[in-house]
Order: sequence, then C-alpha cells, then structure tokens
Amino acid sequence: MNSREFLLGVRGGLPVLASAPFGLLFGALATANGVTFGEASLMSATIYAGASQIVGIELFGQHVPAWLVVLSVFAVNFRHILYSAALAPFVREFGVLQRALTFFLLTDPQFAESLRHYEKTKSLTFTWYLGCGTLIYGQWLIMTMVGAYFGQLIGDPHALGLDVLLPVYFLGLVIGFRKRSRFLPIVGTSAIASTLALKLVGSPWHVSIGAIAGVAVAALLPVRTTPDQNGAQPKAVVE
Amino acid sequence: MSDQFHLDMVLLILASAIVTYLTRIGGYVLITRLKTMPPRLEAALNAVPAAVLTTLWAPAFVYGGYDVKITIAAALVIGLRYSQIVTIVAALAIILLLRHGFGL
Repeated sequence: MNSREFLLGVRGGLPVLASAPFGLLFGALATANGVTFGEASLMSATIYAGASQIVGIELFGQHVPAWLVVLSVFAVNFRHILYSAALAPFVREFGVLQRALTFFLLTDPQFAESLRHYEKTKSLTFTWYLGCGTLIYGQWLIMTMVGAYFGQLIGDPHALGLDVLLPVYFLGLVIGFRKRSRFLPIVGTSAIASTLALKLVGSPWHVSIGAIAGVAVAALLPVRTTPDQNGAQPKAVVE
Repeated sequence: MSDQFHLDMVLLILASAIVTYLTRIGGYVLITRLKTMPPRLEAALNAVPAAVLTTLWAPAFVYGGYDVKITIAAALVIGLRYSQIVTIVAALAIILLLRHGFGL
C-alpha cells in the first residue's frame, strides 16, 4: 500500500473534523437516554451513520417496537443508496473486499470529499479513500466515546436543555436539504402529517406516517424535465 | 450479558448496522443491474431524508411549550444563515436562557 497516497487521503478528510462535535453530541445524548457507554460505542463502530444513530436513541426512549427502530434507521439512511449508485464508476478497479470496505465507509462527508478529490485530481484510488475514511471513522468513534463518557455524568437533561437539542439537530439537517427540488411541499406535508398522526394515531407511528406522506408527494408531483443539480449532493457534515 | 452490553440492545444495534450497510451497497447493486433509475423513484429517494427528519422536529414544535417553540423558531432563522454547529450552540444558549432566565 502506498503510504503517501494514504496520508493524502487522511489530509483530504481533515475538513470533516469540523463535524467532530456531532460525535460528542451523539455520545452525550446516548448515555443521557440510558444507552450505556459500550452500546453507544458499538453503535458508532457498526452503524456509523450519525443522524440515524440519534434517531435510534430517540426511539429507544419511547419504547418503540424493535422492528420499527430498525425500519426508521433504514429510512434515515436510505439516501446512501444514491451515493452508492453514484460511486459505481469509481470502484470498477477495486477488488471485492476493497469494494465491501469502500461501501462500509460511505458516509455523507466521505462521499463529498471523495468526489471533490476526484474533481481536483481526476483519480480516486482505494488507498486515498481508505486514508480519508480512516480519519472520519476514527474521529467519529473517539468523539462518541468522549461524549458518552461525559454523558454518564449528566444529571437532569431538561435543566441542561438537552431535550431540545434533538429537534434542533434534525431541523438543522432538514435546512441543509433546502436546495433540493420540491423541498417545501415535502417538508410541509411531512410536518402536517406527522403532527396530526401524533395526535390521532400516536407515537411512534407519526414518524412513518409523516415520512411516507412527504415521500409520496415527491413521487406524485410532475417529474421535472431538467435533472436536479442539487439532488444527490451531500452536505459536508456527518449526518 | 454485562453491565455495558444488554443482549436485546446489541441485537438491535447489529440489525440497524446491517440495514445501514444494505443502503450503502444497495445503490451500487441496483445501478449495476438497472443501468438507470426511474425518475419518480429517484424523486422519492431524494425526498426521504427531509421527509423522515421533519417528523422528528415538527411535532415537538407544535406540541412543545413556549420555551421549545421559541427555540426551534430561532434555530430555523439561525440555521438558514449559519452552520449546524453554530445553530445548535445558539439554540442551547436560548433554551437555557428561557428556562433559567425567564422561567418558561
């Protein structure tokens, strides 16, 4: 393995360190919601998808059936399907195991930095990708552990305002998608449907009902003739 | 299992990890078979994150107290201009001020 190329990959991942506080946030929220230090670390090590992990701990606290938690994680991570499709031309030369690892490391910032690197250098090697992924994965796991360790020491989440962090965090993610086509009809539909469903059907069904309503609106609205330039572009943060 | 790992939780985490991996490899598997994605399917896939994530803040805004409503509304305004980290820190400051300063 070319160690210089690997280090270039690590350097390519450096901007992602700006999102390190999300690892801290996840770890702290996890232990504040009754998830142990070991379990929080296992989540970051194996799921490795921040927004869905935070959705997961939010739903664990509401005594939601296990299958619905898994389905919600799947729904939040569904966008990866677009990234993985977009990455297909780049992995042709990779071996089978390299491909398997490439897709395991495929997060929002990994996708963004890899494509940026390709735009600049017209090449994307497995070694570079692995260097970049090692940095992102490492910081995510370490920040989770630090956050989880200190999260165990947190007394009353309400007094510290931690309960409002989850909705604000998710709102922030939604704002990041505002340039996508049909953004307002989708968000408006999901907001109204989930709010009504929470009253009429109850938690946690409002999550699925609101999500399905928003997705249905997107699928049923007339298809645009010009391709959506912002459609598959990820944000440069761990989500 | 131990203090740190509860079996039901570990199984839940591993199941979540497996479905997450399926989303990461799924597009590659699909595209190498489908060649192109139907536009309506792509529009639906594109809508998934915003649609799912909205259900996780909108009801909190509608049913929350004034402290929560004000904080989320402020976060929306701040989030349109500043990064997510700035938004979160600002929201935390606002909710602490409302709860401890104004007793909301």
